[in-house]
Amino acid sequence: MSQTSADLSLPQRPALGETKRRGAWWLPTLLTFLGLGAFIVYGTWAAFQGANYFTHDGGADYLSPFYSPVIFDAPGIHSGHSWFGDAPAWWPAFLPSFSPAFLILWAPGGFRFTCYYYRGAYYKAFWGDPPACAVGEPGFRGTKYRGERKFPLIMQNIHRYFLYVAIAFLFILAYDAWRAMWFSQAADGTPVVDGKVFGVGIGTIVLTLNPILLGGYTLGCHSLRHLVGGGLNRFTGRPVRKKAHDCVSCLNRGHMRWAWASLFWVGFADVYVRLCASGVIHDIRLF
Amino acid sequence: MPEGTKVTFRVSRGDAQSSEFKDYTTEVTAGMVVLDAIHQIQAESAPDLACRWNCKAGKCGSCSAEINGMPKLMCMTRMDTIDTTQPVTVEPMRTFPRIRDLVTNVSWNYEVKKKIKPFKPRKPDAEDGSWRMHQEDVERSQEFRKCIECFLCQDVCHVLRDHHKHAEFAGPRFLIHTAQLEMHPLDTEDRLEQLKDEQNIGYCNITKCCTKVCPEHITITDNAIIPLKERIVDEFYDPLTKLFRIFKPKKKG
Ligand code: SF4
Ligand code: SF4
Ligand code: FES
Ligand code: FES
Repeated sequence: MSQTSADLSLPQRPALGETKRRGAWWLPTLLTFLGLGAFIVYGTWAAFQGANYFTHDGGADYLSPFYSPVIFDAPGIHSGHSWFGDAPAWWPAFLPSFSPAFLILWAPGGFRFTCYYYRGAYYKAFWGDPPACAVGEPGFRGTKYRGERKFPLIMQNIHRYFLYVAIAFLFILAYDAWRAMWFSQAADGTPVVDGKVFGVGIGTIVLTLNPILLGGYTLGCHSLRHLVGGGLNRFTGRPVRKKAHDCVSCLNRGHMRWAWASLFWVGFADVYVRLCASGVIHDIRLF
Repeated sequence: MPEGTKVTFRVSRGDAQSSEFKDYTTEVTAGMVVLDAIHQIQAESAPDLACRWNCKAGKCGSCSAEINGMPKLMCMTRMDTIDTTQPVTVEPMRTFPRIRDLVTNVSWNYEVKKKIKPFKPRKPDAEDGSWRMHQEDVERSQEFRKCIECFLCQDVCHVLRDHHKHAEFAGPRFLIHTAQLEMHPLDTEDRLEQLKDEQNIGYCNITKCCTKVCPEHITITDNAIIPLKERIVDEFYDPLTKLFRIFKPKKKG
C-alpha cells in the first residue's frame, strides 16, 4: 500500500486507557480476566493433585474430565480407567510427581488457547490489546505491533489440529458419561452380584452434560465451519456440505456462550468428582 | 426525555494541527438524533461548525463520528439512547486525518480499495452473456454488500487506531470486501497471497470491535475475517492441505 502512515498526519495515538466512553466498559474485560484466570489457577492445581480424580462412591464409576483419558494411573492408584496400567517408571524423578492429567491436558488446553473466540477475549483481558473497543492501549507496543502475522502468534494457525484431537476427546468423554450410568450397587445400596445396573446419580448428570456442552462448543468451531463447507465458493450440488455448514454455523453463532458454558461445566465436573472422591460429599443416587 | 430538555454537547473543534472541546447547549426532544442536535447548534450558535452528512437515514455513511467515545453514525443515534445528564461528547473519527471539526479525510480508504484485485467472473454461462447463480451461493457475499462505507469499523480497529498500520493493513472494511469477492460463486481470481502479504490480515487479532460498531450489523469478524484466515491456513500453513494439493491440483469452487 503506497500511502504510509507518515504521509497521513494522523491524530495522536490514544494513551493507555484513554477513552471518552461512559459506563463500565472495563467490566467485560475484567470478567474475562477473572473467569479465565480462575479456571487456569484451579485447573493447574487440580492437574497437580494426581489423586481424587475418580470415585466409586455408592457403586458409581465417575472419572474427572481433567484426567480423561487416563493413559497411566498416578503412582499407587488403580482407577480402573487406565489404558496402559500403572504410573510410568520412566517418569523422571526431578519432575513433579506424575499425574495422569499431565499427559492429556495439553489437548483441551491447546484447543481453547488457540480458539478464535478465546484469542480475541484474552488478547483484550490479558494483553490489553486493546483493553476494550475504542480504549487506548499500553504505549510500548506502538507501531511494533505484530498481531498474528509473525511469530509467536502466527502459531495460532495450528488450531485445526487441536480441533481433530478435541473431536476425539468428545468420544472419550461420552464414553465416560456412559460408564457413569452403570453402578455396582442398586439404588438401595445392595451390591449387584454380577455385572452392573443402570442408574443415574447427580454425578451421572454432571458427567453427561459435560460432553454435550463440549460438543456444542467443539462442533461450533470456526475451523470446523471452514472445513465442512466454508472453504467452498459454491454449495449448489453439494447438499451434504451445505447442511453441515449450516449446522456448524448455527452452533458457531453462539460460540462464545458455548465456550463459557462448557468451560464452567468441565471445571465443575472435576470439582464434583473430586469432592466425592475425597469424601467431602456423597453422590446422590436418583434411581 | 421530557420535551425541551437542555443538553450540553461537548464538541471537538479544530483541524489537523490543534483542537479543543467546546460546550454548546441546545434544546432536544426525544425523537431527535445527534445529527439534528449538531444542525441545531450550527443554526443557533456555531455556524462555522463543520460536519459531513447526506442522507440522514443511515445509508450514505458520511456522518460517522465518535459519540461519548463510541464510533457511531450521528444520524442513527437517537437522543433518547444517550445519557443527557452529562455533556455529550462528539468527536471526529480518530483513525483518519482531521480536516476540520467533525470532518475527516477518509481518502486513504479509497486508495486501499483500488489495490484489491477486482471481480473476475468466469465465462458467461449463456450465449447472451449472462450467468446463472443460486441464492445459497451468493448469500455470504450479499451480507458484505450491505456495507455503506461509513468506515466506523476502520475507526475502531486498534490496528489502525492505536498502531497506525495504515501503510500495511487494509482494515476490516476491506477484509469484508475481499471476502465478498473471494466467496463469490462466479469469481475466478485468487486474492489469498495479497490478503496475507499486502492487506496483512494477520494483523487482525479477532477482537471483534469492528463487528460491534458496524451500523449495518455485518458479522465482520466471524463471517468474513475468520473464514479468510482459515483459507489462508489452507493455502500457506497447513502441511496436510499442501500435501493434498500435490495430488489434486487447485480448482476454484
Ligand atoms: S476484529 Fe480484527 S479487524 Fe476487527 S477491529 Fe479487531 S483487529 Fe480490527
Ligand atoms: S463494514 Fe460496517 S462499519 Fe465497516 S464501513 Fe461497512 S457499514 Fe461501516
Ligand atoms: S474457533 Fe473456538 S473452538 Fe475452534
Ligand atoms: S447522514 Fe447518511 S449515514 Fe448518516
